[in-house]
Amino acid sequence: MLASATHRPAPIRDFVVSRVVSGLVSLVLITALVFVGTALLPGDTAGALLGQNATPAALEALRRDLGLDQPLVQRYLVWLAGALRGDFGTSLASGRAVSEVLLPRLANSLLLAGAGAVFLLPIAIGGGILAAIWQGSWFDRLIGFTSMLFLAMPAFLVGYILIYVFAVRLGWFPSMSVAPFAGGTRAWAQILTLPVISLVIIGQAHTMKLTRTAILSVLASDYVLMAEIKGISRRRIILRHALPNALSPILSISILTIAYLIVDVVVIEIVFSYPGLGKLMVDSVAYRDLTVVQACGLLFALVFITMNFLADLLAMLVNPRQRVPARGAAA
Amino acid sequence: MATFVLQIENLGIQAKRSTILEGISFDVTPGEIFGIIGESGAGKSTLAMATVGLLRAGCRRVAGSVRLAGKSLLDLSQADLERTRRRKVSYVAQSAAACFNPFYRLGEQVTELAALELGKSRAERQRLAADLFRELQLPDPERFGDRYPHQVSGGQLQRAMIAMALLNEPELIIFDEPTTALDVTTQLEVLRLIRKVVKGRGCGSIYISHDLAVVSQLADRVMVLRHGKVVEMGPTRDLIENPQAGYTRDLVANQTTTSSVPDPAASRPIVSVENLAAGYGRVSAIRDISLDLSSGHITCLVGESGSGKTTLARTIAGLVDLHAGVLRFKGSELPGRVERRDSETRRRLQYIHQLPDLALNPRQTIREVVGRPLAKFRGLRGAAAEHRLRELLRDVELPETFLDRVPGSLSGGQKQRVCIARALAAEPDVLICDEVTSALDPLVEESVIKLLLRLMKARPLTMLFITHNLALTRRFAHEVVVMQQGRIVEAGPASSVFSAPREAYTKKLLDSTPLMERGWLEARL
Repeated sequence: MLASATHRPAPIRDFVVSRVVSGLVSLVLITALVFVGTALLPGDTAGALLGQNATPAALEALRRDLGLDQPLVQRYLVWLAGALRGDFGTSLASGRAVSEVLLPRLANSLLLAGAGAVFLLPIAIGGGILAAIWQGSWFDRLIGFTSMLFLAMPAFLVGYILIYVFAVRLGWFPSMSVAPFAGGTRAWAQILTLPVISLVIIGQAHTMKLTRTAILSVLASDYVLMAEIKGISRRRIILRHALPNALSPILSISILTIAYLIVDVVVIEIVFSYPGLGKLMVDSVAYRDLTVVQACGLLFALVFITMNFLADLLAMLVNPRQRVPARGAAA
Repeated sequence: MATFVLQIENLGIQAKRSTILEGISFDVTPGEIFGIIGESGAGKSTLAMATVGLLRAGCRRVAGSVRLAGKSLLDLSQADLERTRRRKVSYVAQSAAACFNPFYRLGEQVTELAALELGKSRAERQRLAADLFRELQLPDPERFGDRYPHQVSGGQLQRAMIAMALLNEPELIIFDEPTTALDVTTQLEVLRLIRKVVKGRGCGSIYISHDLAVVSQLADRVMVLRHGKVVEMGPTRDLIENPQAGYTRDLVANQTTTSSVPDPAASRPIVSVENLAAGYGRVSAIRDISLDLSSGHITCLVGESGSGKTTLARTIAGLVDLHAGVLRFKGSELPGRVERRDSETRRRLQYIHQLPDLALNPRQTIREVVGRPLAKFRGLRGAAAEHRLRELLRDVELPETFLDRVPGSLSGGQKQRVCIARALAAEPDVLICDEVTSALDPLVEESVIKLLLRLMKARPLTMLFITHNLALTRRFAHEVVVMQQGRIVEAGPASSVFSAPREAYTKKLLDSTPLMERGWLEARL
């Protein structure tokens, strides 16, 4: 308060600057962790590429070619220097540029995650809001039960159950995904349906529960009670008095849901053999293809950190307390 | 019928198993202020809610009726109930900060009903709001409504809420402890305004409070509520001058006792503070503080919220960074932070917090709570410790059986007694009491004060007692120190500070503290 005379507080600008800096630091730390993590795995790229019958001499030669004989720290620094210039190196397994391997897969993953979010968010948030408004009703109890059920169920199991019922038994959808861009709209709608349904089922439980809690805490506040005493109708209380205040938690929840969706996408891609970034990363770990794993890790971390940042920023922007500085509080 | 705004007959409300209100009957006529007084848990809030036809979740009416403007509120349909609330009744709550929606500007919230009920345009609403804000003496009334709730002070918010209550020209306004969270000087302003607007409009009102002095200044009639039942009801003057029930007599006596303490013999200072500045981070919250605590005396530190009372107390206790000045204890200099003080000094300076709920570990039994300083400072264990524990509990008037209980099963007053016992276990020379009775009901407060005074007689103790309640100070302080905005405004023997205050601020504080005497508020209109 004392500082306001000399220094105009700019809470949002300060927030953006500090979060961008801490986000970049986190990204660098994450790349280091992934690097060390991959190095700790038994075996290396050379072994994975040449197979079990490789001669020690051939292994040695390949290691030298790939630069694997250098110390770990030096390899990391070389990689980091390249990454800072936008050069993520070449895939150790295929010899192609990492960006060339990554980009088509990234597009596929974004398509899957985007389609998932389009269905997941309205269903989960709408369900959560209705469960809170009708607290204690049969709807609320049903939502509570299904949420617990799907929270307790591993993601891959949901995928396999869907495949068993709709692909194997009924034959309505393919069980395996081929590149979705190959044949027209109808073809990729068919491919995407089961993975998207899986994502919605897995993701909704958490989001719905969080939304319900956020709305309930707003409904329990004194200003909602005050509106009730003023004789405001239930409908107006919910739409005008409660929901705007629940907006910032709901925004945070939505964006974090998208971040979690990215994690679920990895699992679902494996289950449906969907050619996305997640499947690429898991396959690359099997090949000890360090550069690709590293780039995938970086991308996932980037998405996660950006989403968290956006969640907090939007929450700030919709909250008058953060947007409008307190002034002349004492008079 | 029409002569009553509100008629409550034989109202009974129960929660799941317990009775919250029983056999409540009273009525309010137009132009009358009806006072309801009671301690926490008396059922005041449940009654206030019932007068607007609201029952909390889990509560149900088991008997009686609430008639507002001729309508039986608890029997109306939801739509009729909402319409009656919009047109006939308003509510002013204690915590204005929590009752305004943080998302909307004040003007919008205050005039919401004008838009809904009367279809007023934006411009008309702004004019309406400005008129009300002007009547309630809010600064810059034309633009006050453009502010968000977090941008104005607590006293201003409370006045904005009164403006909101006046908007629909209600027949009844319920004031539920509207000044409890305010400082005395702000409280006086709000009381004056309530008096003015209510009497000016001729609507009926209910004023709920735990402070008999405040109620006695506003109310035409008073009802005393305890454990959900009416203890006594009657015209304010009759009730104060001639209370019938024992409980009412205690309440009145509590307000009128002026047992000023005899000046104790002069003594040497045990704690002295010279030119001290201290605070959090680099900003000094208090500065230029010079102060002596005379051995064996009770020094009361008074001031409004934000004046730096607690910071000063915590600085002496070694919990705040010292920025400048010297702290002396028995003549030798004291390190600023408690970590750098030796165990013996720590033992001699004990601190009791305002909120015992936060100061007691809810998982520890009373034996563990009080036993710890015994072991640490006195080295007492086993039978010796047990013997001392029982003694300490007797000293603070708690049964020995409490030793095995946890704080959660005790009342507020009992918990504060445990905190006192814990401080005494160290056998301190100086006891710092930080608003130790502020969270307690008046009669419980009185009993804790009596306990402290008796303890002072029984052993050589020096006490620094921090409070915002001047009426309380008047009863037992030897010396008084008045703080404002981080500085000491006035200090001296209690008798002279109270009878002949030198500083304008001290005079204002004393003048703002409500008394029960007839015409106190009128004299300040």
